[in-house]
Amino acid sequence: MIDGAAKDVAQILGHIPALRRYARLLAGDAAAADDLVQDTLERACAKWSLWRPGTDLRAWLMTLMHNIFLNRVRDWRHDDGHAALEDGPEPAHEPMAHAPEMLDLHRALDRLTPALRSALLLVTVEEYTYAEAAEILQVPIGTIMSRLHRARETVRVLMEGPTDAQRTHPLHLVKR
Amino acid sequence: MMEKDAAVTDDDLHAFVDGQLDAERVPAVLRHLQAHPDAAVLAASWQAQRLQMRRLYRETEPGPVPAALAAVVQRRIRRERWRPWGQALAAMLLVAVGAVGARLWPTGGPAPMTVGSGYGVNAGAGARSGGSPGTAAGTATGTDTAAKVLGGQPTDGSAAAPQFVRDAATAYAVFAPEVRHAVEVPAQEEAHLVQWLSRRLGRPLTAPVLQAQGYRLLGGRLLTGDGNDATSPRAQFMYEDAQGRRVTLYVAVFPPQSQPRETAFRSVRQGDAESFYWIENGYGYALSAALSSSEVQALASVIYDQLYPR
Repeated sequence: MIDGAAKDVAQILGHIPALRRYARLLAGDAAAADDLVQDTLERACAKWSLWRPGTDLRAWLMTLMHNIFLNRVRDWRHDDGHAALEDGPEPAHEPMAHAPEMLDLHRALDRLTPALRSALLLVTVEEYTYAEAAEILQVPIGTIMSRLHRARETVRVLMEGPTDAQRTHPLHLVKR
Repeated sequence: MMEKDAAVTDDDLHAFVDGQLDAERVPAVLRHLQAHPDAAVLAASWQAQRLQMRRLYRETEPGPVPAALAAVVQRRIRRERWRPWGQALAAMLLVAVGAVGARLWPTGGPAPMTVGSGYGVNAGAGARSGGSPGTAAGTATGTDTAAKVLGGQPTDGSAAAPQFVRDAATAYAVFAPEVRHAVEVPAQEEAHLVQWLSRRLGRPLTAPVLQAQGYRLLGGRLLTGDGNDATSPRAQFMYEDAQGRRVTLYVAVFPPQSQPRETAFRSVRQGDAESFYWIENGYGYALSAALSSSEVQALASVIYDQLYPR
């Protein structure tokens, strides 16, 4: 009888490059992203017995990563939902040869609260279904939908400027 | 489930943009978008944003995996291996890799199929007959390439496959079973995909066409090598046939100062997957699939002919 545990653990290795790329958008800068990936890998290895073979390893890693990420920002900044829009540190962009509109998008992403950014990235970049994203972030689907909506509207307004209606009723960019 | 004609909400518009809308809801949403230009503008804007976001992700290049990250996982793998059954497994893998058939398939001029007899001489048979598989292949073609390979390659069957081939087999095992995340960039964006991977690997690549063999290109993925190759970018193209069977072509580009010796076609079986590989002109290719040797060989032959048209 052969136990494939070592082989299963080895599968994590294959996910590292994609986790790093995703973390880069989630956490903003390279150092924070690799810290996040490192913590995620450590937790995955420590809690390996909790992974059920045959289930989606990537989704499990994503769950761990978001858990760590959201907990960390909660510790680091009171989670009153009001990320500093004006006086926050400028996001530390690594020089990446992005076209100007990509840079704008990167900056807009950085201005979303972690919770909004997580929902947006899981659905858009990773193409998880709303139900899967809800499971990964451990929130109801309704919460995913409202975060997705606010995230998209925030990014849109940051990139295009508000519509007339929104000028009279300013959008709450950073709530929740 | 949402009523077919219920009022269209923001949630519907998001689902429309994300391709997650129930099919029977689509007509209602389309009618709504026609009747409400402001909603249509909004949806179009979200759609554009979505595409840009995906582009941003693709273009985000975090560089080689820091050793510290892989080390976290490696430590855990070693712990697993210390268990008795883990050791048994490790031993089995070693045998599997060791049995890297020194099956040779000359890369020289003759059409691969005509030297089929050269291929198929596996290490064991070569050793038993007192000759070497290389001799057989060398006889079959007499090309310089084959001779060069023989000179540098142990023929007792214990030669481990090069690192990039082991990486290719691992990458196959990881991504071939993926339903949703099989590829990073889908084949619909093939021109972009090939251009992107070529840029990352630093030399022009092509995605061979395997339609005639029943395989369509699903897309590709940028990876990094493992071990000593941890700083090297790698490309993986994935193909699928009508039965959902997947084949991956893994490509390594070696820097001029550390180009490995060119090899003829060789194969190695790891678990269910057979990998055919060869190194030529600074490129290393490994074709992996959970198919029979002859099927993988046939595909490799088609690919080789496309890459190096005679």
